[in-house]
Formats: sequence, C-alpha cells, structure tokens
Amino acid sequence: MTSTNGAVGGGGQHQASAAGKLPRKRFYRARAHSNPLSDSHFPVPVSPDEFDLSQHYPAYFPADKAGDGEEAAPPRRIRFADVGCGFGGLLVGLSPLFPDTLMIGMELRDKVTEYVKERILALRASNPGQYDNISVVRTNSMKYIPNYFRKAQLTKMFFLFPDPHFKEKNHRRRVISMQLLDEYAYVMEVGGIIYTITDVEELGDWMRSCLEKHPLFEALPEEEIKADPVVKLLSTATEESQKVARNGGQTFHAIFRRISLQEE
Amino acid sequence: MEDTAVEEAEVSGAAEFAPALVAAHPHGDSVAVAIGPELRVFDLRAGCPVSLSDDCGGLSHSDAIRAICFSVSGALFASTGDDKLVKVWKTDSWRCIRTINSEKRVSAVAFSNNDLYITYADKFGVIWLVNLGEDGAEHVSVDNKPVSILGHYCSIITSMKFSPDGRFIATADRDSKIRVTLFPKNPLKGAHEIQSFCLGHTDFVSCIAFTSISENQSFLVSGGGDSTVRLWDYINGCLLDTFQVRDKMGELLESNDTDDSSQAIADICPSNDGSLIAVAIQGFSGVMLLACDLAGKKLSFRKVITMEKSYIPTSLASSFSSELIWTVMGASNMPNQASSQLLTRLRIIPCFQKDVVSSSDDGPATLEDCEVPHGEKLLMALQGSLDIAKQEEVLTSVLAALKVSMHKMLVKKHYSEERREQRKRGRNDKKIKS
Repeated sequence: MTSTNGAVGGGGQHQASAAGKLPRKRFYRARAHSNPLSDSHFPVPVSPDEFDLSQHYPAYFPADKAGDGEEAAPPRRIRFADVGCGFGGLLVGLSPLFPDTLMIGMELRDKVTEYVKERILALRASNPGQYDNISVVRTNSMKYIPNYFRKAQLTKMFFLFPDPHFKEKNHRRRVISMQLLDEYAYVMEVGGIIYTITDVEELGDWMRSCLEKHPLFEALPEEEIKADPVVKLLSTATEESQKVARNGGQTFHAIFRRISLQEE
Repeated sequence: MEDTAVEEAEVSGAAEFAPALVAAHPHGDSVAVAIGPELRVFDLRAGCPVSLSDDCGGLSHSDAIRAICFSVSGALFASTGDDKLVKVWKTDSWRCIRTINSEKRVSAVAFSNNDLYITYADKFGVIWLVNLGEDGAEHVSVDNKPVSILGHYCSIITSMKFSPDGRFIATADRDSKIRVTLFPKNPLKGAHEIQSFCLGHTDFVSCIAFTSISENQSFLVSGGGDSTVRLWDYINGCLLDTFQVRDKMGELLESNDTDDSSQAIADICPSNDGSLIAVAIQGFSGVMLLACDLAGKKLSFRKVITMEKSYIPTSLASSFSSELIWTVMGASNMPNQASSQLLTRLRIIPCFQKDVVSSSDDGPATLEDCEVPHGEKLLMALQGSLDIAKQEEVLTSVLAALKVSMHKMLVKKHYSEERREQRKRGRNDKKIKS
C-alpha cells in the first residue's frame, strides 16, 4: 500500500512506507514552532461534510461501497482528536488500545505531518489489519476545528505538551484558552474527556485554571484518572514526554470532562 | 527588501478607507449616516437634522466609524470604529449616555434585544459586553467594565446580530465562519455554549441578517466575498440554499468586467417580513433584490434596481415600519479628499415589499432627489452637499478605493514563493540572531 494521496511532498524524499520501513526523522526536520495566527494556505474542508474520511481510513471506507447508496448503519465518525500531534507517538500508542475507534492527529507543521503520514503507512504495511484507525491531517486546529468535526462528535481530545508561549502578549497563541475551549466543548459530546499535559508549570497552571473557569468542563475525579488507561500514555507515548522523562523533568496534567451547562 | 516595505505601506494605507454606513430607526423615526468620524442624523418625524450632544464628557469620534446600529426598540443607538470608542446614544434626545473605551479597534456592534447589554467586537475577534443597566437608564454605574464573552480566534468579526427571539448571538468573520452562540441569561459570565457553526462560505463573510423580526421561526442570511448569498437554518447550522450572485451578474451584464474581486457582497438587508432581501454588490451600480421563500427555504432572483453608473451602494438599511431601502455610498480617508468635507451620496428605493416588487417589472426605481422625504433638507444634512457634479467627482474616486479596501482588509494575502522568501529574510526573530 503506497501513498495514494498526491499531497505527499515536502520532506518525504524517502518514501519507505511501501516496504513497511519507518520514515527517518532526519528527513523531516522542521522548526519547533509555527505561527498559528498567520493566514493558512493549505486546503481546509469548507465544512465537516466535505471532510473525506475515505482517504484517511481506507480500510473503514472501501471505495466500492460508495456507489451502493445509503447504508443502514450511520457513518463511522472520528472520535478522538490529538491536537498538535507532533510526530504521532500518542496515536500509535492509542491505536491498539481502541482498535475500533477512528482517531486523527492534527498538526500545523507541514514536514512533521508528512512524517506522521509516512509513519502510519509504514505501520499499516508491516502490521496488516492494524493501525487502520489512525490518521493525520495538516491543519491549524486553533482556526479550523469546526471545519472538521460536527457538534458533539468527539469523545476524547488531547493537548500534549503544547507550546508554552511565555510572553503575555503571546498568550493568545496558547492552544488552551477560554475562547478556544468554547469550540472544543462544541465538538465534544457531553461526558467526553479533554486531556492536557505539559512540563512547563506555568502553562500547566494556565490550562488548569482555564478549564476550571469554564462552565462546560469539570475536573475528572482522581480515582477515574488512575483507572484511565489513556493517562499513562500521556507521559510515556510521545516523543516530547520521553524527552522530559530522559531529562528527569516534571509533568503537570489537567484532565477534565465535558458537562452540560447548568444555568442558575 | 525595499519594495516589500513599499507594499506594506500600501496595504496599511488602503485598509484605512472606511465605507460610509447607513442605519434606519426601526420605527422610522430617524436615519443615521456615518462617514469617517462624522455621524449625521436626520429626524424624520420633525423633518430636521439632529444635533448630537455629549454631556458625559466623553470624546467624540476621531477616526473612521466602522459600525453603527439602532437597538430593536429604537431607544438606543451605537457608533464605534477605528478610534476604539464605543458611544451609546439615547435616540429621544440624541445625547450620548455612555462612552466605552475599547483596547482594540472595533469592527462590529449590537444591542441585546432588551436594551440591557451592548456587545462589540474588536480587531482580535474578541466580543465584549457591557451592561447598560435597566432599559438603558440615564444613570448607569460607570464602573462596570467590558467583559469578554466569546471570541473568534484572531479573526476580524465582520458582522454581529442578535436573533429575533434574543436567544442567540450570531457572529461572522473573515475566515468564512458564522458562529451562533447561546446568549445566556447572565451574559456577564460569558457566552460559552455554541449552538452551531454555519459553514459554507469559501471566502470572508461580510454581512449577516436574520430574516424575521417576529419571534416565530427565523432564518439567517449571509453574504460573502465568494459572491454568494446563503440561507441558513442557524439552529442546526444547515445550509438551506446558496444564491450565486456572480452567475446572475454574468447573465445580466454580459460584457462587463468579470473581475472576481468586484463581486463580493457588500451588504444585505431583509424586508420586514423576510420575503425579500436587498443585496449590495461591490462593483455593481444598483441593488439586487432576491425573493426569500421561507416555506420552501429557497432564494431566488427577483430583479435588479440599477442606479447611475458611478453609484455603488456601500451600505443598506430599512426600518420595520416603512417600505424604504436606504442606500448610501461614500468613503473616508481618501488620499485626495479634502478633509474638511466628507461627501456621501444617498439613494432611496421605495416600496420594499413583496407585492409591489412582483407586480410591475419597471418599478420600483430609486427616488429622485426631489421625491426624497423632506427633500433637500434631508439630503443636505446626510450627504454634506447637494452639488451633484461635485458628488460625481468624489464618487468616482470612492469607487476605486472601495474595491481595494475590502479586499485588502478581508481577503487572505497570497505571496509568491520569492516574495515569501523575501519576507522571511525581514523577520524580526532572524534579525536578532545575526
């Protein structure tokens, strides 16, 4: 299974996926930061209806079924979103844990997205029947979340090691803010869980306080956090978390549940 | 590098043109025109121009006004813009009862349906709310600060409206998004619950309006830079119909310029019952009327009302009680404009009503200057001059400026590969390193 998508380009000089070989990061180096405020010129679906899942999850959307008219079962939808997925470590870790759940990584940096794309294709090629439920899309999730997901579609959202943006004038670039939480709450179903983790204490406090202030989220009780198998992945699965662990750094997480609004 | 700098200057200069705005009192008591920092109001009941007064000691507008609106009851009026002042006026006395200082330039303003709150949107896409106190009472506590209730992520808000039942606040932005948010009973804590996103426009959304003023079912109409007018079920965020203005314009004026950028929708204005929608199109001298079939959920072409060639309306308004569409053309901050006199041109279309429009193919046309209510008195007050020749001259230059201004402000900037490289070289973070 080679890449059928014409969009593959950028750093993908070595398309090893056909052979099932993992791509090498040295060919996909990118700056650590990308400006989320600038106008984007990559294609963005006009609305969730135009977001073509069959390109992302060919195993779940066989091409020959398309002409057969309406299926009785409701169409399968993406349930997990990893916002700022980086090199995709969390997706790869989650895939076998929830084999029937479609998940997507969203990443702004072009080359990094290419890497994840190649990585998933390689994993699918060398492990037939596995990793068909994960994919990645290059996008600016701070601007275009509602273009990809319908209301109450997602059951989990992940924000792992986001850019800290220390300066106060850059706080509006933070991926967790009161304003953006409105949009995340919109695409999440009631009961869905939002996971955030960082190694920067200041940002950890910020994310927690935003979530605490927001009327549509409540903190997950400690015992539920302990029982959640996903939580362990937060601090082990991603490249960023492994780096933090190597350096003996501390991590701060905030895990909250989407609730319905109670108006006094 | 040098021409990059020039280009930058060009861009920022062009964005400063501010189109003239018009607003009509919902009960037809008065009409207001804003041009540059000037606010001109005419009392239609008394038949005389209104002199505005501000005894709160607030500053008057010092830069282009970008948004004006009456409240639904007609008791209040707001004006705001590039000078970061939001001024709230009582319309019985035309006194300014409140001047709010915004941190950023303001691009849209609206009153909640009960006149209790004013909301305004700044250039960062943040929507602020101020409590005006009971029925916009004269003595409001001055210490209630603006609170931010919601935001579009760093996108200019182009239009903001409350739904007729007051349950929702709809906001449109330059990123082709329309957001419909539940307006809570206590909005001071923020409006966090999103009802829907109306997604379908492929370019900036320039204007939105609700079709009905009654509390029955209502729809949302929007116009955008993709030269479409769209009809929405805003409760579910469903696109019901799309009207391609570009196609229709192509049919109507075959050989005329087919420049895409000149076909953006500048403004829309629904009639009282929502059955008709007046559309102002950039680059088109006149107004297009669309029939809006609310039962069949369809938009269809009704007719165009053409005006003199140099007249392209920049803003439309109508009131609940009369059948007039007020249209205005003008722009401020023109490079070759004498700053002492800001001219606008006003045209009025009578009979903004379904039956009248469908009954005859010729009418309605625009009113001649002598047919305008209160005649020259009104035109003098709102236009700034009666001299048609002088008007023509100004309007021609306005025409060119308008195209550029909306384009520069709202359209995404595209840079060629080389230009992008050049801009990267001028980046601040790189400069520090070297």
